[in-house]
Amino acid sequence: MQAAERAPASSVTADPILLRVAGAFKHFPISGFGGGAVRAVDGVDLEIRRGETLGLVGESGCGKSTLARLITALLPATAGKIVFDGQDITRLRGWRLRRVRRKMQMIFQDPFASLDPRMTVGDILQEPLDNFAIGSMRDRRRRVQELLRLVGLNPNFTNRYPHEFSGGQRQRIGIARALAVNPSFIVCDEAVSALDVSIQAQIINLLQDLQKEFQLTYLFIAHDLAVVRHLSDRIAVMYLGKVVETAGRNDIYERPQHPYTKALLSSIPVPDPAVERERAPISLKGEIPSPVNPPSGCRFHPRCPIARAPGICSEQEPPLEAHGARDQVAACHFAGQA
Amino acid sequence: MGQTLLQIEDLHTQFFTSRGVVRAVDGVSLHIDAGETLGVVGESGCGKTITALSVLRLVPEPGKITSGRILFRGRDVTKMDDEEIRDFRGSDVAMIFQDPMTSLNPVTKVGFQIEEAMTAHNRFSASLAKTRVVELLKRVRVPAAETRVKDYPHQFSGGMRQRAMIAMGLANEPSLLIADEPTTALDVTVQAQIIQLMKQLNRELGTAMMLITHNMALVASLCQRVVVMYAGRIVEEGPVEQIFRSPQHPYTWSLLRSVPRVDEARKDRLVSIRGLPPDLTNPPPGCKFHPRCPFVIDRCRVEEPSLGEVALNQVARCWVLMRNVKEDDVAAAKASALSIEAAQKLKADAEAAAAEVDSVAGS
Repeated sequence: MQAAERAPASSVTADPILLRVAGAFKHFPISGFGGGAVRAVDGVDLEIRRGETLGLVGESGCGKSTLARLITALLPATAGKIVFDGQDITRLRGWRLRRVRRKMQMIFQDPFASLDPRMTVGDILQEPLDNFAIGSMRDRRRRVQELLRLVGLNPNFTNRYPHEFSGGQRQRIGIARALAVNPSFIVCDEAVSALDVSIQAQIINLLQDLQKEFQLTYLFIAHDLAVVRHLSDRIAVMYLGKVVETAGRNDIYERPQHPYTKALLSSIPVPDPAVERERAPISLKGEIPSPVNPPSGCRFHPRCPIARAPGICSEQEPPLEAHGARDQVAACHFAGQA
Repeated sequence: MGQTLLQIEDLHTQFFTSRGVVRAVDGVSLHIDAGETLGVVGESGCGKTITALSVLRLVPEPGKITSGRILFRGRDVTKMDDEEIRDFRGSDVAMIFQDPMTSLNPVTKVGFQIEEAMTAHNRFSASLAKTRVVELLKRVRVPAAETRVKDYPHQFSGGMRQRAMIAMGLANEPSLLIADEPTTALDVTVQAQIIQLMKQLNRELGTAMMLITHNMALVASLCQRVVVMYAGRIVEEGPVEQIFRSPQHPYTWSLLRSVPRVDEARKDRLVSIRGLPPDLTNPPPGCKFHPRCPFVIDRCRVEEPSLGEVALNQVARCWVLMRNVKEDDVAAAKASALSIEAAQKLKADAEAAAAEVDSVAGS
């Protein structure tokens, strides 16, 4: 039985796509006030290739964290398919789901909420090893110390509780926990945002080294586009529940096709006073609309500097189509014209 | 311009904890001129926030300013009595914080909170304060300010709340605004708007600003001068252009190279500073940065350097200085192989663990 279950997973390793998201939706229904739903993820198609890092960027509330939770099967999708390693995981339950989860780990955004305050750091790091029965008790304890050292913490901290650590240190514990079971795919949800710059550099270098060593695949979610550009092979930009552009890391910066991508990139300051004097951020009108009732047509049109509204932009939703460089897609009626 | 507004001289702020005395600010001297923008950068725990809180005498228990002078327009803040300090806070120096949600009172209207800041100082009458609130919110570019004054903080977005905080900070026309990580909690497009706003306010009102941040890019964007702090001390100071072009302290150099730039394709690995910042109850002897410094020499371990002039208006606390470091050593520091070693160790362990799992699954 077990051998039969394992066979298909290993036979598809030739597939260059590790994870395929097809038409994924996640709507959170609102009770009362006449119903409706928060359309957090609203029709996303995405592919993550084996061994690559896909950067996922967008502002708060664009649905990137919800998408990460759909991909790791922490939330059931309202509709759509999520295929991991040749297996549709949206319908998996029980031990089959557990087995997939050992392969995909997640590093969460909030280090305060993601660590149990009543467990010691040693227990927190050992829990995944216990769950999947990895190694002997002695191996596990040794591994916990290894993991702590790896993320830049004192290995003798195993008996301390999360409240004894700073936010940055707690985030490092979260990273150690994800690395514990040696997964093949890691979703890093703002994993380095809470760290100090020198520590952040350590973790970024480490993530790159680990990727090379174990052929890890990363989905790297962050709002810091400089970090994302440094770490990612390809970058996907989300706006209000949809992917609006995907391209290689250099193409997206040098030739952004979607006006939102362009505005986003222009607003990032650069650590160089000479560049900063010349830089003129594209200022977007207004704020991100409510995902309960997204704008008609292109969701970005009320804030878009080149939108024709009323017109095609407010009437028709643009599909993701090839624009610009090879491997670059954008959802805009006037792609590349901003 | 040119006139010294704030002068901090040899400030020591210490925390008396059960684990010992934490020297959070350990002999900091700096000044801000009227209308100037000064950046104070460093990592968590380097003392940058405590320096700012010391200026306002808001150091939380069990912290205390143990020595040094803080002169604001010639008056020593450390010697002010309770009434004087109350009047000084907000009307001479105002501060805005990182998290606008926890700094606003959730149960009173935004407009009322800004009004309260004004009436507390008796600078404006109650009726004048009311009309000024709308004016202030317009000044910080809150749309539909007339109606938004009646909103509660939860009805504001993150960026709008930070605007409201800035409006409150500016309510009594202070000559210095201290901003502690004002954009860290905000999205990039909103961050750009807030930075733009702070630049405009600095130009229009001539308010001097002290920007406390870990983000070198923000300093490049907003500040004229920068102070780099490490372990409670200033390690380098100078005009922004100079510091970014030719940093002399290895810590400043590492900080600048440890952040990726969005306008550059990936070239090198990031410079990661090995180890952790020191425990401030028991700092290392000699230069406090020496255990982490890639260019350390013997003298660094025993004797602490003082802040010496390295260029016009630029000072650094280092025995070596970057301009004296050999190119090979710089290249080696850039390669920083530390984490590769760690990765190999992890791999060996993981393989052993995987073998264990297979044997467990097979049995």
